[in-house]
Amino acid sequence: MITLVLPRLVSFEGAGRRSGAMVERNAATLRSAYWLVMLAGFIEPVLYLFSIGIGVGALVGDLTLPDGRVVEYATFVAPAMLAASAMSGALSETTFNFFGKMKFMRLYDGILATPVRPIEIALGELAWAMIRGNLYAAAFLVVMVVMDLTTAGAAVLAFFAAALVGFAFGGIGMAVSTFMRSWQDFDLLSSAQFALFLFSGTFVPAQDYPPVLRWVVEVTPLYRSVDLIRSITLGGAGWVQVLDVLYLLAVFAVGLTVAGRRMERQLCK
Amino acid sequence: MTLIHARGLVKRFGDFTAVDGIDVDVERGEAFGFLGPNGAGKSSTMRMIGCVSPPTDGVLRILDLDPRTDGPRIRARLGVCPQLDNLDIELTVRENLTTYARFFGIPRRVARSRADELLEFVQLTERADSKVEPLSGGMKRRLTIARAMVNEPDIVLLDEPTTGLDPQARHLVWERLFRLKQQGVTLVLTTHYMDEAEQLCDRLVVMDGGRIVAEGSPRALIERYSTREVVELRFHGESQDVFADKLAGLGERVEVLPDRILLYVSDGDAAVAEVHRRSLEPASVLVRRSSLEDVFLHLTGRTLVD
Amino acid sequence: MRSVLEYHLVGYRRTWRSSALSSFVLPLLTMLGFGLGVGAYVDGGVQGVPYLDWMVPGLIASTAMQVAIGDSSWPVFGNFEWMKVYFAQAAAPLRVVDILDGHLAFVVFRTVVSTGAFLGVAAAFGTLHSGWAVTTLGIAALLGLAVATPTFGYAASVHSDSYLAILFRLGMVPMSLFSGVFFPVEALPGVLRWVAYALPLWHGVDLSRAATLGTAPAWPVTGHVLYLAAWAAAGWWLAYRQFRRRLVV
Repeated sequence: MITLVLPRLVSFEGAGRRSGAMVERNAATLRSAYWLVMLAGFIEPVLYLFSIGIGVGALVGDLTLPDGRVVEYATFVAPAMLAASAMSGALSETTFNFFGKMKFMRLYDGILATPVRPIEIALGELAWAMIRGNLYAAAFLVVMVVMDLTTAGAAVLAFFAAALVGFAFGGIGMAVSTFMRSWQDFDLLSSAQFALFLFSGTFVPAQDYPPVLRWVVEVTPLYRSVDLIRSITLGGAGWVQVLDVLYLLAVFAVGLTVAGRRMERQLCK
Repeated sequence: MTLIHARGLVKRFGDFTAVDGIDVDVERGEAFGFLGPNGAGKSSTMRMIGCVSPPTDGVLRILDLDPRTDGPRIRARLGVCPQLDNLDIELTVRENLTTYARFFGIPRRVARSRADELLEFVQLTERADSKVEPLSGGMKRRLTIARAMVNEPDIVLLDEPTTGLDPQARHLVWERLFRLKQQGVTLVLTTHYMDEAEQLCDRLVVMDGGRIVAEGSPRALIERYSTREVVELRFHGESQDVFADKLAGLGERVEVLPDRILLYVSDGDAAVAEVHRRSLEPASVLVRRSSLEDVFLHLTGRTLVD
Repeated sequence: MRSVLEYHLVGYRRTWRSSALSSFVLPLLTMLGFGLGVGAYVDGGVQGVPYLDWMVPGLIASTAMQVAIGDSSWPVFGNFEWMKVYFAQAAAPLRVVDILDGHLAFVVFRTVVSTGAFLGVAAAFGTLHSGWAVTTLGIAALLGLAVATPTFGYAASVHSDSYLAILFRLGMVPMSLFSGVFFPVEALPGVLRWVAYALPLWHGVDLSRAATLGTAPAWPVTGHVLYLAAWAAAGWWLAYRQFRRRLVV
């Protein structure tokens, strides 16, 4: 899917370099306050893991999985935390920040006067979000391995899965932010994001939900992400996870295509 | 060599026609101006030349390339100074130049030395490590001009380069632009200031309602569409109209504006003497040379800056 | 002060719908998605009550805190840095105290309104065990003041909104995760438990839990109230100093 869509959008030599210049620009803005925000990105999922996984886990005790295995609650929740943090990291950079740069800083207007094209700006911003998101994911996986919530081998695989989740939500985020009219719309987005976080089999197996809700949940991107990462860190990934991967790749490709097209139309009137 | 070539160029936004079939040629080394009031279609034309706005119809070639297919290649050789400064407020003054250079693929080392040269050129060396926000309007505009020069462009596009600046800052910008012109840089600018067009442009077109209504050098336009001198008269009273009849036949043309009356004449002092002989008592009298403002008034029946 | 409160209330008429979403719908979803879902796995409940019933009062207090901090961070910052509303008010015959107290009163109003709405839903789900539950409105007001006043001071002293994001993510989020909302603070290791005791949220949580369950709080009520009042007083003084520094030049 990616190999089908990308070449048509980025069919000019030097696209990679120009997207890279966008990443450089963002790296140049790193200042003291920004580092603290990044630190928050590192520790936030860990705090959730300690509070819900350990704190609430002590109340829950062990949890029986649908396939009959019995695991500690923290082991069950941790991969969902990873997926959710990959989602929110990618979304915050590609929606809130992206929108601010486009509409209020008029940053992209200046950049479009250079050889850089809208889709290259989008790719550059996405790459930047991914660099940050992957650093957070790596740190979280180290914590998981240290706490014996997964194995080192599975953690490596889960790292790539988390990166894929980030790409998928980065694509969604960028496409969505081209539809945003004002900051008020972000309230809706963050509510939707929070609802996904609560109901994506994060805290309890999706099998517990009433049947209708369950099938809605099954098709949401966060649920597929949780399913993918959880199968890896708990062991027992199979054919369903191949579907997860394809689904997330498709989401990424569609998101990026929509974002590129709409940016072109909005910025190059 | 013709750097910009347009024939029957049209830009429509839905039902609204912003640019309505214009023909333009800009030669290398020229300072070329688009003069007109707000809404004349100047900025839309500039955005089409800047390859960020696809033409609706007509022919447009820039540097002998087609903006529809060669946008990035053309933009690599343009410098753009937009109407509203869109500097990067998250970066310092120097970083604004160095990161911008990277968008053109200029190596970091070259970008740094060029940034230093350009900061020197626009007299911002002392503010190099400052953030953008505390800079004055004039400084920001100079920085934007420096940013437009970072890729050593063949053409520099300046959209209203001094709008919103105080007189002192304007003169500093003009002086820098004049230096660029002397260095042989091709300048294309829009303005609704007559004095700016007369100061900077070798050649210009007057635009109104999306069309070109006149073309030529500032001098030639004034000679063709106006007289040598202009007498401005202001009368006390509610309306200037009542005095217009009494001035009939004075000079080539009489223009009645809401707040004053303009007499287009070859000899201003003689005309003033005639006004007094007709026992009219204007509250104020000013004799001046004709300007592009008068050309515009003559062509469109409206003043430029209201 | 009345006129300043009125000013904020007029603005609220335009924006209450979108704020209702974040201050009411989200906690409701948390209650359903987390409280009900996870509650099913907590055998025997917590401290003798079902997990949902135990968690809801904590969530009420934590929502009150989030509304109070949310309404005193970006709005206060914006009134200084973006919209300059405070400067306009300072140009009118208003004292700094009026400007500060007027806005604080609005924040408390918002906190109490969203707490009230949440309380209604909690009652509908049958999670309230005692008539004392209505006192959570007062508890929310006090807790709101205790967190809003220092936030006013903080938001008035920073010059980049990145620092507000930091307050949320390194201050508010950790506080809501470890102040006895989702699990008892007694489960925290020694030092962390004392950190939780020191921060204002736990006191609000303990009070509102006692109120909705009709049990005795872990600390005497006066102790909780005095401690929160101390936060409010110290925070008010900090906020007042910052407001004066910015508005009286």
